[in-house]
Amino acid sequence: MIEMLLYSAITLYGVAILIALYRIAAGPSLPDRVFALDIVNVNLISGIAIISILLDTKAFLDVILILGILAFIGTISFSKFIERGVIIERKRND
Amino acid sequence: MNGESIHDNRTAHLLLQFIENNSFIYIEMEDLILLTINLVIIIPLLAAALVPFLHKKNSKIHIGWFIFLIPLTLFILLLRYIPRIANGETLAYTVEWIPTYHINFTAYLDGLSLIFALLITGIGALVTIYSIYYLSSKENLIHFYTYLLLFMGAMLGVVFSDNMMVLYVFWELTSISSFLLIAFWYHRKQSRDGAQKSLLITVTGGIAMLVGFIMLYYMSGTMSVRGVISAVLSFQENPLFIPAMCLILLGAFTKSAQFPFHIWLPTAMEAPTPVSAYLHSATMVKAGIYLVARFTPVFGGEDTWFWLVTSVGLITLFWGSFTAVRQTDLKALLAYSTVSQLGMIMSMFGISSLALNSGFRAESVLFSQAAFAALFHLVNHSTFKGALFMVVGIVDHELGTRDIRRLGGLATLMPITFTIAIVGAFSMAGLPPFNGFLSKEMFFTAVLNAGNAGLSSAIPVVAWVASIFTFVYSMIFVFKTFLGTYKEEKLEHPAHEAPYGMLFSPIVLGSLVVLIFIFPNGLGENLLSPALAGIFPSLAAGENLGVHIALWHGFNTELMMTIGVVLGGILLYMTIRYWKNIYRLFPEHWSFNTLYGNILEQLEVVSRKITDFYMTGYLRDYMVYIYLFFILAVGGMVVFTQSYELEIAENAPISEFEWVVAIVMIIAALSILFAKSRLSAILLNSVLGYGVAIFFVLFRAPDLALTQTVVETVTTVLFLVAYYFLPEWKKEDTRSRSDKVNLAVSIGVGVIFTIIALAVQNGKLFSSISSYFENSYELAGGKNIVNTILSDFRAFDTMLEVVVLLIAGIGVYTLIKVKARKGDTTLEDE
Repeated sequence: MIEMLLYSAITLYGVAILIALYRIAAGPSLPDRVFALDIVNVNLISGIAIISILLDTKAFLDVILILGILAFIGTISFSKFIERGVIIERKRND
Repeated sequence: MNGESIHDNRTAHLLLQFIENNSFIYIEMEDLILLTINLVIIIPLLAAALVPFLHKKNSKIHIGWFIFLIPLTLFILLLRYIPRIANGETLAYTVEWIPTYHINFTAYLDGLSLIFALLITGIGALVTIYSIYYLSSKENLIHFYTYLLLFMGAMLGVVFSDNMMVLYVFWELTSISSFLLIAFWYHRKQSRDGAQKSLLITVTGGIAMLVGFIMLYYMSGTMSVRGVISAVLSFQENPLFIPAMCLILLGAFTKSAQFPFHIWLPTAMEAPTPVSAYLHSATMVKAGIYLVARFTPVFGGEDTWFWLVTSVGLITLFWGSFTAVRQTDLKALLAYSTVSQLGMIMSMFGISSLALNSGFRAESVLFSQAAFAALFHLVNHSTFKGALFMVVGIVDHELGTRDIRRLGGLATLMPITFTIAIVGAFSMAGLPPFNGFLSKEMFFTAVLNAGNAGLSSAIPVVAWVASIFTFVYSMIFVFKTFLGTYKEEKLEHPAHEAPYGMLFSPIVLGSLVVLIFIFPNGLGENLLSPALAGIFPSLAAGENLGVHIALWHGFNTELMMTIGVVLGGILLYMTIRYWKNIYRLFPEHWSFNTLYGNILEQLEVVSRKITDFYMTGYLRDYMVYIYLFFILAVGGMVVFTQSYELEIAENAPISEFEWVVAIVMIIAALSILFAKSRLSAILLNSVLGYGVAIFFVLFRAPDLALTQTVVETVTTVLFLVAYYFLPEWKKEDTRSRSDKVNLAVSIGVGVIFTIIALAVQNGKLFSSISSYFENSYELAGGKNIVNTILSDFRAFDTMLEVVVLLIAGIGVYTLIKVKARKGDTTLEDE
């Protein structure tokens, strides 16, 4: 029963990722795409969590944490890029 | 002491042996004499190294005087060997050089090499004296004499070397020193062109000869020429025998300016006249002749050898004499005359090889005498041609021109020069009382013998016609230069006799021309007969090969032919203005020079075209080449070995997750191809990276998944950092053809990779070694097997990966920080 639920959950996450992918590919504006990438990341985190349950291992918890951090950093850097045109600003005026 | 005495460097052993047999004083002398043969080669080379030091200390005296002592000493040293050589003795002395490869510095002295060595040192000494007066002190004398001594040592090395590799080394050294001497006045374009041409042609032949030598070594197992000669019967049937012969002949023909490789010799006349006299008439151009003579006992038994050497020699003889008549430059005339005379000597050696052909016959001795004639003419040619070149040098030096059309009427103004010119030219034409007469008679005997033997009756005819032309250009040389009207207004300096120092050498050579005519047998018995014994070892045992040269041999066919030559020659010379138009049949642009020029030019043009065709400068083209090569090589290998039979039954089953992730990645990958903006391409690329991370998760590789996610993110961020600096994203305006090519190539590469990856699964030849790493806790004290492999079992890889990262970091830092300031030129722009 649990296993079936997990399978259906991961399938739904997969569908969500596919939909987000469509947005990445087609999205009319850049923020659309960045947002969709964030969704992909979040769904990936959930997917990996479910896979670790299915595989019955703790080894992938690190991956989940790292992905969480990276998804955050990635989205931030994209946003900064969209807003300022650069990611790392120069403090000096030379 | 008869036969040959071979000494190697085990001197102590040798000494003991000699103490038993002889008195002690005798040994020392004997050893010293033997050593001198090697020293004769080394001394000029050592002296060449010392020339620059000599100059700085003695700037008052012309340094040529010091140089003069060297060939003179060597000449006298070598003269002392004549009695021993005349007794049929030969000497060899070996110094080990690279014994593992059978390459030893063996100096071998027999009649043949002694003739050449005496010519080299004797004429070398005379040319040095001549050059002292010819070259003013303002010239770069250090260069001149260094090159000259280098050449002298190299040439002595060629004639004395018994080892084929050492022979080749000295052979190339003569080419190089000749190159340097031709371009002595390197500021003139013609000199540089002439030097380049002679180097290209002679080195091409030299390399061919090297290959021939290696073939001989392969067949006979020895590097020694004498060894090859004594072993020749054992490998005569080898399929490499004829190729080796042709390659060695190619070397000889290019060096001795045989048709059609003769073109470098007239161009080499841009060298100073002493060089032309020494290298391009008396010594270097005879290296090929020496090679042919030396290898006659090896290859002479073959028909191919006879036909090649004789026909090439005769064609050269005819073409050289025919072309010499049309020349207006005295040196060019002499150059073509040299070509022609070399062809004559070559053809005589060809005829003499008949003596070895088809075993021993009654007429073998008869044919072998052609070689005697060849050697005799070789000596004669060196004497009179050396003198003639020096005469031209004097005319050029004193009058400032050597153009026949501007010269004339010098006989009364330069009587001594005129006398030498007459002696030399009449000897060249083959008239008595000069030595050329004797050798021409013997040449006619040789060709008549060949003609009578039913080989080809054309041989004597060609030789006779060529001799007529020889007569004509010899007469042109003397009479157009020294008789007729004196044209002072066309000369740079008024005519006057040359200084005696300059006249000394040609006078000596001119007297030799006459002396050899009067006493030919002294030369013949002491030097030529022993040399003949060396060329025909199989005949020497039973027969006396010596030829007694008679001044008057009665009214025979040869004399009739000579009279015919004189009459025909006079007739042609008188009527030259009527038939000179025949040369218009051979226009200038049909010559071999033009062919050579065209070949050089076309080589450059065509190779440039080919390079321009494929070196487009576009990275995408090079990628296409690389991938095409991959498809052809690897794909061809897959097809050839039939390894495309795929066995998928044993593969693990594919789960639903894997399908899903794979499909997601396929969609993302395809979308990249059609992405509208660079940003979406970057995003889709990161989807691919995360997809891989998911695969790592699915296939239970947590460390990889971890690293992959981090690296993917960093890469994406880097893309974005770079994004700002990149140009607009637009479709590249490539040709439609290249699009299709790209499609085909990428599909091909993908298919081949897939096939190989699947095929690899079939061929598990042995079980994997991963079970060893499963003991990581016991062996390395860690439970994480991946990390123990990275940092313990195979930490060396990790260290170098770290170094790679370090280098990459430093590279990025330098690219950003170390750049040219404003106004500076950047290295990249250059």
